[in-house]
Amino acid sequence: MNARVEPLVRPEYERPLLPPPPPPEAAARPATARQRLCRTLLQAGWLRKAVLLALLAALWEWAAHVAGNDLLLPGFLQTALAFVDGVVSGELPRYVGVSLGVLLQGYLAGVAGAFLLTSVAMSSRIGRDLLETLTAMFNPLPAIALLPLALLWFGLGKGSLVFVLVHSVLWPLSLNAYAGFRAVPQTLRMAGRNYGLGGLRIVTQILVPAALPAILSGLKIGWAFAWRTLIAAELVFGTTSGKGGLGWYIFQSRNELFTDKVFAGLATVIVIGLLFEHIVFDAVERLTVRRWGMQG
Amino acid sequence: MNIYPFQAQPQEPSLPAPLLQAQDLSIDYASGATRVRATHEVSFDVFEGDRFVLLGPSGCGKSTLLKAAAGFVQPSSGGLLLRGRRILKPGRDRIVVFQEFDQLPPWKTVRQNVMFPLLAGGVKRREAEERALYWTERVGLGRFADSYPHTLSGGMKARVAIARALAMQPDILLMDEPFAALDALTRRRMQEELQALWEDARFTMLFVTHSIEEALVVGNRILLLSPHPGRVRAEINSHQFGLASSGSAEFQAAAQRIHRLLFGEESGVPAPAGADPAVAALAVRS
Repeated sequence: MNARVEPLVRPEYERPLLPPPPPPEAAARPATARQRLCRTLLQAGWLRKAVLLALLAALWEWAAHVAGNDLLLPGFLQTALAFVDGVVSGELPRYVGVSLGVLLQGYLAGVAGAFLLTSVAMSSRIGRDLLETLTAMFNPLPAIALLPLALLWFGLGKGSLVFVLVHSVLWPLSLNAYAGFRAVPQTLRMAGRNYGLGGLRIVTQILVPAALPAILSGLKIGWAFAWRTLIAAELVFGTTSGKGGLGWYIFQSRNELFTDKVFAGLATVIVIGLLFEHIVFDAVERLTVRRWGMQG
Repeated sequence: MNIYPFQAQPQEPSLPAPLLQAQDLSIDYASGATRVRATHEVSFDVFEGDRFVLLGPSGCGKSTLLKAAAGFVQPSSGGLLLRGRRILKPGRDRIVVFQEFDQLPPWKTVRQNVMFPLLAGGVKRREAEERALYWTERVGLGRFADSYPHTLSGGMKARVAIARALAMQPDILLMDEPFAALDALTRRRMQEELQALWEDARFTMLFVTHSIEEALVVGNRILLLSPHPGRVRAEINSHQFGLASSGSAEFQAAAQRIHRLLFGEESGVPAPAGADPAVAALAVRS
């Protein structure tokens, strides 16, 4: 079986290069309007998810029906009704407005702090040590754990909320932005320096855009952390000067045994989280990093 | 048509002043606690209109020399002069074309990429736009002016980088193995196009490569460097060679001469021109 195989010598040939064939006809496979509609619908991710959600809602309604206790587990329809009621009466939007207002303040302050900290870390070695130490210390610490201290320092009010929010945004965002800056290709930095960019201009024109995928993911994580922290904090100490947030709405509804309103409040928390994730951040990503091919 | 400055010996007093001058350049790298010498007392002169090639195996410090010319690396002793002035930091009069594709900011389109260094240097937007369009046209990317880099092939990205560098009209173009990451066919095409661009625009360039063929085809003057640390082995004329002559006997002879200079007499001399390597291998086996 060890006979040496000699490759076969075959005749050569050349062919003239013909013009390329026309592109395949789009209507090669005749499809009825109905078939095309089905295909489009099946490919739409939102539709598949909507069907899934509908199934879950049906399951929930069924479970509530079996349990038969509105105080413990109101059904989907009842919750939806409470939600619509809350929206129409303007009660829910008011609570949401208060929550989002505080959230935005804390979030923006946290973002500003993170950029300050990252800039310091990028410009000096001691700054780098500072960032690494601080994030290692505070990132694992749940922001809500600082609330008692915040209440002691800032009292019952917006100050305390903003303080814990800053804490929940600052560390994850700093960590991500810093990692993003450090991952900027050396070639790109050298190119920037080659063109005479230095100092702040190399940060804004090279480092920030190049690190944008990491920064965006930090912003997303920070947003989710802040939103969670805020609702939790509002549950703990409720209202100030008669104006409560969404967490307070949930807490208060429970006290008054409006369980359907509790569920409606929780649903609102989820909906707002989803809206920001899928509309705001998705749009930003589509316009930037995905368009630039920096993220799949 | 003879514009090659190197018909005479470089020592001749009749030569014009060199554009870029390396004088006894020694560059050390810090490697952990020790310092490693990358180049040792390297001297060479690059004149206006030169396609000056730094050629050598890895470890000969050719890329380090280029980085020093760009101003990214400081020499331990000796110096580099551009038009008689010492090179101390990166500058817009020396534009680098890197090998890596990530030299193009992915968030800028082809046109914006070419405009980027112009705008960074304070050129008016209108003029920058015109120059960018002209040079993207010139490298054959006019149709892709509004495409983002991730949609381009490797060869096209290399073209963008070259257009971006040429649009700056630097004193000298520093090319750090710009085609090394391309496939062989694209590389050949790029060498051809670079040659054509040079015929038109007559820029000066310092070109780093580890390919003997590329050096002979692209350059008009080749500095051969020996490795560990990088020292000058020879300086050779190659203005007579182009892609058209790359199969000729003189070309093969020059390639073998360079090979001999870099790797010594006895080590594997490349197969003579026209010899089929498969046939040669078979002959050895039987």
